[in-house]
Amino acid sequence: MDLRFTPEETAFRDEVRSFFRTQVPAGIRAKVSEGRALTREDYVTSQRILNAHGYAVPHWPREWGGQDWTPIQRYVFTEEMLLAAVPLPLQFNCYMVGPVIAAFGSQAQKEKHLARIANLDEWWCQGFSEPGAGSDLASLKTKAVREGDHYIVDGQKTWTTLGQYADWIFCLVRTDPTARKQAGISFILIDMKTPGITVRPIITLEGRHEVNEVFFDNVKVPVENLVGEENKGWDYAKFLLANERTGIARIGLSKERLARAKRLAKEMPAGEGMLWEERDFRERVAAVEIELKALEITQMRVVAAQARTSDNRPDPASSILKIKGSQLQQATTELLLEVAGPFALAAPDLLAPPHDGWPFDYDWADAAVASYFNSRKVSIYGGSNEIQKNIIAKAVLGF
Amino acid sequence: MDFDLSPEQTQLKAGIDRLVGSAYGSLEQRNAHAAEPLGFSEKVWAQFVEMGLTGIPFSEEEGGFGGGPVETMLVMEALGRGLALEPYFASVVLGGCAVRLGGSQALKSCVIPGIVEGSIRLALATTEKQSRYDLFDVATVARSDADGLVLEGAKCVVLHGDSASHLVLSARMAGQRRDRDGVGLFLLPADAPGLKIHGYRTQDGGRAAEISLSQVRLGADAMIGEPGHGFPILERVAEFAIAALAAEAVGIMAALLQLTVDYLKTRQQFGGPIAQFQVLQHRAVDMFIALEQARSMAFYAAMMVEHPGAAERAAALSAVKVQINRSCRLVGQEAVQLHGGIGMTMEYRGAHYFKRLTMIESAFGDTGYHLKRMGDFGTAGQKR
Repeated sequence: MDLRFTPEETAFRDEVRSFFRTQVPAGIRAKVSEGRALTREDYVTSQRILNAHGYAVPHWPREWGGQDWTPIQRYVFTEEMLLAAVPLPLQFNCYMVGPVIAAFGSQAQKEKHLARIANLDEWWCQGFSEPGAGSDLASLKTKAVREGDHYIVDGQKTWTTLGQYADWIFCLVRTDPTARKQAGISFILIDMKTPGITVRPIITLEGRHEVNEVFFDNVKVPVENLVGEENKGWDYAKFLLANERTGIARIGLSKERLARAKRLAKEMPAGEGMLWEERDFRERVAAVEIELKALEITQMRVVAAQARTSDNRPDPASSILKIKGSQLQQATTELLLEVAGPFALAAPDLLAPPHDGWPFDYDWADAAVASYFNSRKVSIYGGSNEIQKNIIAKAVLGF
Repeated sequence: MDFDLSPEQTQLKAGIDRLVGSAYGSLEQRNAHAAEPLGFSEKVWAQFVEMGLTGIPFSEEEGGFGGGPVETMLVMEALGRGLALEPYFASVVLGGCAVRLGGSQALKSCVIPGIVEGSIRLALATTEKQSRYDLFDVATVARSDADGLVLEGAKCVVLHGDSASHLVLSARMAGQRRDRDGVGLFLLPADAPGLKIHGYRTQDGGRAAEISLSQVRLGADAMIGEPGHGFPILERVAEFAIAALAAEAVGIMAALLQLTVDYLKTRQQFGGPIAQFQVLQHRAVDMFIALEQARSMAFYAAMMVEHPGAAERAAALSAVKVQINRSCRLVGQEAVQLHGGIGMTMEYRGAHYFKRLTMIESAFGDTGYHLKRMGDFGTAGQKR
């Protein structure tokens, strides 16, 4: 048993750490650190820098740009990216549709899309959730009816993150209405420019336009855009959701936020001194730090177990990463909210460029509060924490 | 980075699991051991010795088996699972650590072989009525006179103090009651004239003692470490203690979760097993998460307890104890609740797990104590 990194792993960490901190523009990283919204251009710029160095899709198969890294390297890489406040490569491209096409897509789909997905030449969004299919995803109703060499798609998707920027959407659609829930679902790729698609913004509680509703009205999709086999879409969706567990806890992000909360607390007047000098505040920070340390070791156990075995069955401990990781992400934003104190009240126009001449001493506070509001989502999306508990109850405790 | 056990460690674990499993397979066995004169089974203790467990933390030169924190972790986890009563923690982990880290060559060669053979059993006598968790807070005094040292004072809740052959005892040699300097650490035989030991049963089924010292005379060879520099040794002892307790707690919590899950699957109410209720499933999942977070911290403790940087090490062990304590509280309370009435009874093993977890929480620093320390580390080097 040795809980330290090997010299090779340490060297790798130093290499990627230096890369992230020197090659990705400081302006973009500052926005991520402060919790400000990125523009489409920010995402594209950052991902193309990563891709030029083989860092956008290291977890893909080698022939499509992957790196053959060990699970430990992948973990170190993602954590360092979060610690450096580098935007993660677009999740829908690099962690969702890319691996599905690489694993199950046709040769034509691979050649058409994969390189463009990695370079963010194509922006993808996810068409899974529907108004009537949230945690119970398999009850989705959007249907695709085969007519000659096309499907006709009708229905509605929702919570489509950054769909306003997307060129393509990957969708779960019902192709066999007579089959059992999960059995009649297919996975198809749809060009967002196809006539009959309407995108309507949903403004979330922090005031930003991050998610959308997408309506499909008689949308014609070529049959060659079906991924894999018809009615096997649920299998591909499960693959997609289980595909990248490494880094799901976002420990690096929470660490970065904690460090920031401490820094800001040292500059925030309170009583005779600064907020950081108040013991009970420091104890609240310590309490979060302790749980984060425990989760970091838990994450390392999961990664070490992945490195040891070739089978892809996750360590039982991995099931807690999503639950605890999301709770800690939320806890770090609560600490920032507390640092902001009365200055949390001020809400500038979040869509406007930041604050030249802003007459406010704490010009980070509005974004910190926005992060707090926005981060309530992390225990809801990707299978709510209650669904995660159902999974543990069944898979680990055997209920 | 790997969390795998070496072949030797795997073998050790299998051996301890077998031993503890056969000695503590049922609550009746444990009750029988507890009813013996010393409050534990001398036969089981002899088996620990025979297996070499008592020699684990000592180097081969000292007469031990050269094990490290991981080996101690494996032993403590198994002892936790069995709720073992033998004084392994008191004698080998606490007392042994003080001798190992503070003793002179002469003292070590005199004492360690006895600990390893099981003939010397140590008890750590540090807590006083006013000290709470501060190991430097020592009112018991050691005065020099023409014939040597004389001890006066009293110690509280000395773990296995009534069955130990020797005590490792702190006494003030200089300075004020709460000074960090001036604390001496002494090894004295339990039958020393002037020493009164009043033993009693503890909440978790073990043994402890109140001790008073009146005109207790010591030879010059009784000193552990330099005169007046006992506190740094005790700080290290506390760190090893926390690492060991973390492992014990993990052993207990894993067993208690298993008991609880099995119970939920068998207990029939409303026409089926109560495990069918999602609200109960989720509470069991919360126990599982608390257990796994604690397990991670037990690994972290094993990794950090021999870390060379003192400040980083101290902060790490405080973090470990906070997580362990919180997990102990949650797993223990939830286990009782999910069992319902049966969880409240002395005849149920789970209740005894809960009681031991509760006592672990308040050993070597409760949650508030260690959070306060963490808060202080946060300002180390700053003005205030």
